[in-house]
Amino acid sequence: MLFSKNFGRGGIHPEEYKYLTSSKKIENADVPNVAYIPVSQHIGAPAEVVVEIGQKVEEGQLIAKAKGFISANVHSSIPGKVIAIEDKYISIGKKSTVVVIELDGEFKKSGKIVQLLDWRSKTRDDLLKIIKNYGVVGLGGATFPTHVKLTIPKEKKVDTFVINGAECEPFITGDHRLMIDKSLDLLEGASIIKEILDVENIYLAIEENKKDAIKRLKALCINRYPIKITPLRTRYPQGDEKQIIKAVTGRIVPVEKIPLEVGVVVCNVGTVVAIKDAIVNDRPLIERIVTISGSGIVEPKNLKIKIGTLIKDVIEECGGLKEGVKKVIVGGPMMGFTQMGLDVPVTKGCSAILAFTEEEISEFKANSICINCGKCISACAFGLMPTVINRFIKYKKYKEALDSGLMYCKECGCCSWGCPARIPLVQNFKMGKDLIQKLKIL
Amino acid sequence: MENNVIEKKMIISSSPHLLKRETTRNIMWLVILCLLPATFFGFFAFGFKSILIVISSIITSLFTEAIILKIRKKRISIDDGSAFLTGLLVGLNMPPTVPLYIPIISSVFAIGLVKHAFGGLGENWANPAIAARVFALFAWTKKMTFWAEPFSGNFIADSISSASGTDAVSAATPLKIVKSAIMEGTASQNILTGKIITITDYFKSIFTGPMDILNTKADVSYFDLFFGLNKAGCIGEISVFLLLVGALLLMSKKIVTLDIPVAYIGTVIFLAWIFGGLQFGKWFFQGDFLFHILTGGLALGAFFMATDMVTTPITIKGRIIFGIGCGIITMLVRFLGGLPEGVSLSILFMNMLTPAIDRFMKIKPMGFIKKQEV
Repeated sequence: MLFSKNFGRGGIHPEEYKYLTSSKKIENADVPNVAYIPVSQHIGAPAEVVVEIGQKVEEGQLIAKAKGFISANVHSSIPGKVIAIEDKYISIGKKSTVVVIELDGEFKKSGKIVQLLDWRSKTRDDLLKIIKNYGVVGLGGATFPTHVKLTIPKEKKVDTFVINGAECEPFITGDHRLMIDKSLDLLEGASIIKEILDVENIYLAIEENKKDAIKRLKALCINRYPIKITPLRTRYPQGDEKQIIKAVTGRIVPVEKIPLEVGVVVCNVGTVVAIKDAIVNDRPLIERIVTISGSGIVEPKNLKIKIGTLIKDVIEECGGLKEGVKKVIVGGPMMGFTQMGLDVPVTKGCSAILAFTEEEISEFKANSICINCGKCISACAFGLMPTVINRFIKYKKYKEALDSGLMYCKECGCCSWGCPARIPLVQNFKMGKDLIQKLKIL
Repeated sequence: MENNVIEKKMIISSSPHLLKRETTRNIMWLVILCLLPATFFGFFAFGFKSILIVISSIITSLFTEAIILKIRKKRISIDDGSAFLTGLLVGLNMPPTVPLYIPIISSVFAIGLVKHAFGGLGENWANPAIAARVFALFAWTKKMTFWAEPFSGNFIADSISSASGTDAVSAATPLKIVKSAIMEGTASQNILTGKIITITDYFKSIFTGPMDILNTKADVSYFDLFFGLNKAGCIGEISVFLLLVGALLLMSKKIVTLDIPVAYIGTVIFLAWIFGGLQFGKWFFQGDFLFHILTGGLALGAFFMATDMVTTPITIKGRIIFGIGCGIITMLVRFLGGLPEGVSLSILFMNMLTPAIDRFMKIKPMGFIKKQEV
């Protein structure tokens, strides 16, 4: 629809490829024999390991404790024995301490009926404490600890809560399926957050390419949940926190500020369900929904996977890789990370595992120098001038690059996507940011 | 450690991992494709000589590009279409009767001096084809303003005779007819009575607009001007209709953005409407703007030359200023200048202003707050 809400300036509409998995129900993945659980799966300080080698652990037992204000607890996803604590590369290309647990013993949470908690009788602080203890982080990809986000400082006032069901990245359908398969959990989670935040307005923002989810949730909400289902025009990067706030409420979050500044809190649909699971079903965050897709996967699926399962095993469960796979990506195609090998574990922030063949990557070969077309500028949803910043970085003028807003870049990839000269703008910005931090120009 | 072993088959790269299927090369060739209808119409109207002019300028462009890239020790990338496009535009901007050395020297000038002397593709300060046209206009003014009557002869016969040289029927472009009539004020003597009257009296009494002046020579309507059926001009500029068809295709592919053509043509319409009547003794807001947008190189210039990505501002605001500037200069030249045509001059001038426009027309990041000075 022409007049449906969206974020305004910039943005792109890449080919969606969602048809590969959008009609496939979420299935439970096989339990791994050995789980590799990183202690750094969130933004902020890595958690501190609290188990020893040889120790027996239960499913859902705390194995690493949050350290510092912005940090999150990590729990064992399987029952078993700690066989090693080592350093290992994780999917974002950095090393983290990993607790290796070998499967042994009985699952005490998965598949068991538990006493449901009547959360309405609890106080706000109790609820926040559960969320904190159970290591819930933002599952949209940024993995910001949720208890920090939901703890509102006294001087701030929040009047709006936005549930982010935009899922603007191509290929990924995990949130889409979640909204259909677990819609009641989602709505109950939203009610819990309404209680915690004490807000009047709750919006559930969904892009229009998920018509079935919009229809189902709208029908469920009538007269039962005070949630406004807000269809948004399909446009990338609408799932970004600041863009979705602009699209839904029209408010603009100032640069370098968080959404609290304009009285809004945003949570991904996956996070809302994780909050409900933690509070009502007494389950820590030990599994997540991952879309396995791309032209290199034999049988694309939406799977619910235990944290710490190697992506090798996950891909195996989807029929394995096809011949001629050139790239394996963890995360979405616009912002995800390519992998050196398949020996990396699934973490809390892993929304998709994609395998690309020649079909998707053939477009990278052509190259010319910048022809000043300005397509990157009209594509940037954050109002930056990528070509200008790129030039500053190229000629080592870091001060000017910062003044042009390099640090406001979210690396969403819109500029690189549309660049006819195939200039790796995002790559240059990432390098520029790293260099600036190393040289301490800030 | 196991996963330190890089599997040789995998590609490691930065995000994003999906790209739009559009490259510099595609853009250039698509622009060329969209110019072809108007080009062939020009060939049809002006005969064999015009084909020679366009082909020679294209070949010269490609050669010059190849030689210079070789000297600069770069990959010889003439297949990217940019030199081909420059050559085509140089050819389309030539009057149909010029001697062949003019398009050839102009092409060398465009590629060698305007494009590569400043760093090649993406670095040139002006649209090479425009700069070459202006260069030719001032270097060989007489030859560059000698026009041939369109559809003046048998295509085959014309092609044979063109080898021998000067036989084209002399004509003038609509803008030139009107300009000389206004400037000299002698149109009345030649065409009508032979009696000498003052310009003002003459225009007031007989002509209500530029179309009347045109109609003294031949029966010309807006329809003819739009389709290019009865108007002299450069090879590529006569059919506004076919240029518009190509431009619409480019716009649908978002290669040509609307901002420059709309700002440019809008400004021309606006100024022609306000001031166009003054020349004919009328008051403001009575000008004949249709005449001004259908004549001269405006369609070719506004859609294909002023929208050259390299030499136009990068922000939308900047591009609108660019278009308005082009419109103002075009109309200044047409109303007050000595030349009948202002399109190429205006684009060249605004090309030079582009870095300045870019410098001042920056966009602000979303949610940007001005830092308060302490």
